[in-house]
Amino acid sequence: MSLPSRDTSSADTSEGPATPTRERRWKRLAVGLAVGAPLVLGGCNFYPSYGASRGVTTQGQETFKLYSGMMTTGIIVGGLVGLLILYTAFRYRRRSDDMPKQFHESIPIEILYTAIPVLIVAVLFFYTVLTENNVDATVPNNARITTTGAPVLQVKITAFQWGWRFDYPNNNVSVSGETTNGPGGLGPQMVLPVGETVQILLVSNDVIHGFYVRDFNFSRYALPGVQNRFDLNIIHTGLFPGQCTQICGLYHSEMLFTVKGVTPSQFATWTATEIATGHTLQRYPVPASNTPPVYDHVTPSNALAAPSSKKGSL
Amino acid sequence: MTTTVETPDLIEPEEPGGPNGHGPGTHEHESEHAEHGPSGLLKWLTSTDHKVIGKSYMITSLVTFFISGAMALVIRAQLSNPSSSLVNFQTYNELFTMHGSLMLYLFAGPFAFGGLANYIVPLQVGAPDMAYPRLNALSYWLYLSGASMMTLSFVVAGGAASFGWVAYAPLSDSINSPGAGTDMWLMSLALTGFSAIFTGVNLVATIFYLRAPGMTMFRIPIFSWNMLVTGILILIAFPVLFGAVVMLFCDRHFGTHIYSVQGGGVPVLWQHLFWFFGHPEVYILALPYFGIVTDIIPVFSRKPLFGYRGMVFATMSIAALSTGVWAHHMFTTGVVLLPFFSLLSYLIAIPTGIKFFNWIGTMWGGQLSFQTPMLFSIGFLFAFLMGGVTGVLLASPPVDFMTHDTYFVVAHFHQVLIGTTVFAGFAGFYFWYPKMFGRMLNERLGKIHFWLLFIGFWVTFIPQYIVGLKGMPRRVADYLTSNGWTGLNQLSTVGAMVIGTSFLFFLFNLVHSWRKPVPAGDNPWDGGALEWFTSSPPPHHNFTHLPPIRSERPVWDYNHPEHHKDESHGDKRHREHEKETVGASS
Repeated sequence: MSLPSRDTSSADTSEGPATPTRERRWKRLAVGLAVGAPLVLGGCNFYPSYGASRGVTTQGQETFKLYSGMMTTGIIVGGLVGLLILYTAFRYRRRSDDMPKQFHESIPIEILYTAIPVLIVAVLFFYTVLTENNVDATVPNNARITTTGAPVLQVKITAFQWGWRFDYPNNNVSVSGETTNGPGGLGPQMVLPVGETVQILLVSNDVIHGFYVRDFNFSRYALPGVQNRFDLNIIHTGLFPGQCTQICGLYHSEMLFTVKGVTPSQFATWTATEIATGHTLQRYPVPASNTPPVYDHVTPSNALAAPSSKKGSL
Repeated sequence: MTTTVETPDLIEPEEPGGPNGHGPGTHEHESEHAEHGPSGLLKWLTSTDHKVIGKSYMITSLVTFFISGAMALVIRAQLSNPSSSLVNFQTYNELFTMHGSLMLYLFAGPFAFGGLANYIVPLQVGAPDMAYPRLNALSYWLYLSGASMMTLSFVVAGGAASFGWVAYAPLSDSINSPGAGTDMWLMSLALTGFSAIFTGVNLVATIFYLRAPGMTMFRIPIFSWNMLVTGILILIAFPVLFGAVVMLFCDRHFGTHIYSVQGGGVPVLWQHLFWFFGHPEVYILALPYFGIVTDIIPVFSRKPLFGYRGMVFATMSIAALSTGVWAHHMFTTGVVLLPFFSLLSYLIAIPTGIKFFNWIGTMWGGQLSFQTPMLFSIGFLFAFLMGGVTGVLLASPPVDFMTHDTYFVVAHFHQVLIGTTVFAGFAGFYFWYPKMFGRMLNERLGKIHFWLLFIGFWVTFIPQYIVGLKGMPRRVADYLTSNGWTGLNQLSTVGAMVIGTSFLFFLFNLVHSWRKPVPAGDNPWDGGALEWFTSSPPPHHNFTHLPPIRSERPVWDYNHPEHHKDESHGDKRHREHEKETVGASS
């Protein structure tokens, strides 16, 4: 934010020898830079939220930065085009019955306004791929520790009409609940430790559901027959409401859940309590009729980085 | 120089045994002479005239538009309160499913390619009718049966379909959606799908084979160009939908397991097939409306279209790209190749951007007058700009992850679709209504309609973007007070009611034009395409003679001979000279 003053001073130095009209033009440029520079440079260093969550996972924060940057670009480009339309509409409103000049085309201008969108799209796509690779990066399947030695917590999420089941295979804990039944009337709760890599295995027991937590800036379908896999690294403790986003039948709007981010020690206490109250994996034997063949799936963009045991069905 | 003077270089129409004797400037009662056979209602029902079928299409699709719009108002009323019990969950699910289905399958497409295009394309290319008039009639009757079937599915046991207009398997299978409403929904898609395919065939054949002498491909008005490309897209997309629908029907009734996991099928296959239809469908809905705006802006700017060829190539590249982006609706399935579909989706922004600059370039340096059709076209530019910019955001998979199936997406596609089908669609309606009925619509009522719609539009959908970013999923019948979505939803509901009110002024305008007709004349807007050369409404078989066709706006050239070669001979003295020569020869 200290940059605008530098812009102004550089404009001031060139002001001296100029003629009065040129001087005014320079002043205008200086004012323009002083106002414009924070906006433009601000876009590089500072990410306005534009109504979105800044993210409570490392993945969600990456996504947020991309969103914010794209939104800034969109507002600038869309705003300029909108102003151009307004300007044209006012400037060329009918003032007389004179026939305007009947020009049909201007090849240089047409090439220009083809090339500029190409450049914008190229830049956006570049940042999209970078972010996408970070968001989709996963530790190898069934890994217990990451390459840096940090522990990996595995949670298997099963969506069903109309609720969620959260299984912790390595901790022998299973939490389940239907619709709004759960802490605070917000559905079942998935407790996760902050600062650890959480490996999510997501599958549906019946129709397609959507796993979505607003503060994660992330959603993924729970598909029948296909196990989706993604990683979450929560960095803030707190309560984060989630909800099914894909229409799944009558009680779709009631299919809530919450994610509670806790410290690793609180997490250990929580698992012990859950086991003591009988919330173990044995509590919910999977009905045989509802176990279609499940294919493990990672997104193709990082399929090379993390080969899975079986490829997806499509 | 007036349009009614017969000049030697007028071309006689190709149609042998066509209507005799009335030149441009004749009016509706004369057109009756040329027709034979039944009269009255029977004539209307048995007609193969593209103008009658076009009007039938328009009336039917506007009826579905109003039914569907009323459903939207009920949906909005339900959402204005966190735990509203105006309708129950099942009814709510049926309402949003039918709202989407009626709007997309029965209004947006048929209004454009069945209604406006059916009426206008043969006129614009100088043809006496569509290439296959009986097939055209069949299209309409298939469409009417499909539309009735879908609308009537509300009254069968179990109610209408309730799985959203995209009908994702396995929610749409016989276990999760057992009712007859779903089967009626599927059959309606099959019927209206074939109606669309036949209309597509007709449009392509008409534009390829029935153009008037001199109407080369690069002299076809852009609306007809876009309808040609739309016709081709229909032929690519709708058969796939039909296949998908038939397979779903087999899954439901004949024990196949194409989309069911239990039998080794793949539920996501439905999404692939559906969106392989569904994304081209978005452009089948959008391209005709781009064409309408592209025809209107030059007329009200008193200038030729800027970058005609660029426009044609932009349309073609949008159509080509639209067949390769279907999986951007499936980014969150986790089973599609993200970078490929992301890149192709981004690329669509380029030809779309070209169109925007061509529209602006057309207005640039013109003499703009803001009658109702032009106002609606400008409204379209702003609506579609907003919808387009948010669309670019959604082409990015991570941003799609954070907004997928939330109200952000709902706001995005409503801005795109209302921008095209409503703003541009009604621009076309106001623009061509004088041609179709020989009478003008009231300007004052038209402007009230526009401004209420324009204000209501932003008040409805800007809050939806925000509430989507606050995490509100789509297709929910209620929400918690603690979500903090109430205020924004109420604002959105108020906007929707304003939109609803705006259409009362539209209906009143129609009534007004029938009770106190203001004759339109042949060419009330000083339009340039061939439809403005014939009478309003046009006689049976459309033309008795045609002007020479030397550009994409032959009627403008004919009415303004002094400006014909303006851009190549800018200097005024030369123009004056040319004017004298032309004046002497006629």
